[in-house]
Amino acid sequence: MTDLNTLTLFDARDKLRDGDVTSVELTEACLKAIEGAGDLNAFVHNTPEIAMEQAKAADARIAAGDAPAMCGLPLGIKDLFCTKGVPSQAASGILEGFTPQYESTVTQNLFDAGAVMLGKLNMDEFAMGSSNETSVYGNVTSPWRRGNDDAALTPGGSSGGSASAVAADLCLAATGTDTGGSIRQPAAFTGIVGIKPTYGRCSRWGIVAFASSLDQAGPMTKSVRDAAIMLEAMCGHDPKDSTSADLAVPNFEAMLTGDIKGKKIGIPKEYHMDGMPEEIEALWAEGREMLKAAGAEIVDISLPHTKYALPTYYVIAPAEASSNLARYDGVRFGHRATLAAGDGITEMYEKTRAEGFGDEVKRRVMVGTYVLSAGFYDAYYNRARKVRALIKKDFEDAFAAGIDAILTPATPSAAFGLGEMNDEDPVKMYLNDVFTVTVNLAGLPGISVPTGLDHQGLPLGLQLIGRPWEEGDLLNTAYALENAAGFVAKPGKWW
Amino acid sequence: MSIDKDTAARVAKLARIKVEEDALPALAQEFNTILGFIEQLNEVDVDGVEPMTSVTPMRLKRREDVVTDGDQQEAVLANAPDAREGFFAVPKVVE
Repeated sequence: MTDLNTLTLFDARDKLRDGDVTSVELTEACLKAIEGAGDLNAFVHNTPEIAMEQAKAADARIAAGDAPAMCGLPLGIKDLFCTKGVPSQAASGILEGFTPQYESTVTQNLFDAGAVMLGKLNMDEFAMGSSNETSVYGNVTSPWRRGNDDAALTPGGSSGGSASAVAADLCLAATGTDTGGSIRQPAAFTGIVGIKPTYGRCSRWGIVAFASSLDQAGPMTKSVRDAAIMLEAMCGHDPKDSTSADLAVPNFEAMLTGDIKGKKIGIPKEYHMDGMPEEIEALWAEGREMLKAAGAEIVDISLPHTKYALPTYYVIAPAEASSNLARYDGVRFGHRATLAAGDGITEMYEKTRAEGFGDEVKRRVMVGTYVLSAGFYDAYYNRARKVRALIKKDFEDAFAAGIDAILTPATPSAAFGLGEMNDEDPVKMYLNDVFTVTVNLAGLPGISVPTGLDHQGLPLGLQLIGRPWEEGDLLNTAYALENAAGFVAKPGKWW
Repeated sequence: MSIDKDTAARVAKLARIKVEEDALPALAQEFNTILGFIEQLNEVDVDGVEPMTSVTPMRLKRREDVVTDGDQQEAVLANAPDAREGFFAVPKVVE
């Protein structure tokens, strides 16, 4: 029998329902895998007691014939989700010791559906980063390596712990969040599937906020089918998030027919970037051929404002972050600096925030403060909001012309080495999100599917972008792409 | 538009993040790199474009103006760095 921790959600669900395996056995297999994977630094708060308790409860439910969608399936949870009674730090020093008194809606939905939580997963601090190198817990290492080279590689970010844990089979699947590409980029770097749903599909309640108009939660899984199963369990209307959509959640899994005959797939010419590696161009061309062979019609399209997406994002996301992160003041939760004699409340704020935030977070909070400050609000923030409207309109025009989904590369390169970008300026790191950030700005669903390996044996992914609220159709197109690509590579175990 | 040391200091103050004097020049340089990147937005013709307020058009839901939660003092204070007698405690604010 295969190691239980390597199962997909789908296979494990079947085995649980058939009585071939118990949730306790699945959970123990994952806990054992986690114990042996300290080198990856993916799990940062382990919750074995909670996991075993939930697994036993799940087994009882299954035995009683009541097995909801995620019943008994062991997951990793990104540290950005507040989990009741379990440290939730957003990988930041400023939330040191913070133990939420409440449960995020998404994790509650998963628990209601019977899921088991193995622990909390490492990430970039406050989800700000593309390489998982800004975490207070230290870097996450990817299970993947370049051939026989033992240089440590990034799993991507910000959901780097989630990506590393799923790719290394430490859990069956994991939650992620995506503000500019933080689910899709790490999924592409580690050969797994990650979907960011339409803005409003998943409740943001209880997820530590980064940029509220862009943040969305989503699943990171071993297959497209698993993404469909888990997304359905995560999403749904929540009165506690005023931007949560009051729409019925379809049965996404039932929509996976693999039939995409007659679907129109748009290929945006602006995503051919100068200096993009040949391998990425080739991967993209192969993806077009695969979808065409499956019966889709490939259509060249234009999204003319693409080039302005990253600069728009680097106004809007820091602006919202500077507001959201104002709450970390050393008064209500988390870290408070030790004060000197005579220090007043302003010194308390300034010292607390200087000690608690890492460099990238400080940088973004201050950039956000600047673009929102008197005299610059119109020039930067309002202008960015106008360009954002134009970026969204580009997509609306494409969909109005009959395009069903858009195919692009997921990332401009394969995973890079940890530390390799240290001497680059921050903007260089931001370019990682060049293909994914447009989707957040337009509020659309996007999915990353692994479709090939580069010359060093590292995974590469393609991104599909769908119409708003049509995750089911998008997942089906992704399913067809997954079937055609037949990606089965796994990292060799070295940890 | 170039950010100098004084502007960097003013932004740090507004953001309530203490930045040591000797770290300001490097910080100003980083701001300049990022803002230089953002300057590209000036190329875009945005005449007559409404700034986006909501990415998915929706009406905010209304509800009855009633208390839906409460009596959570212990939970609210549970994570406070300094809580006393049912309150958050902070350094003296008013002389």
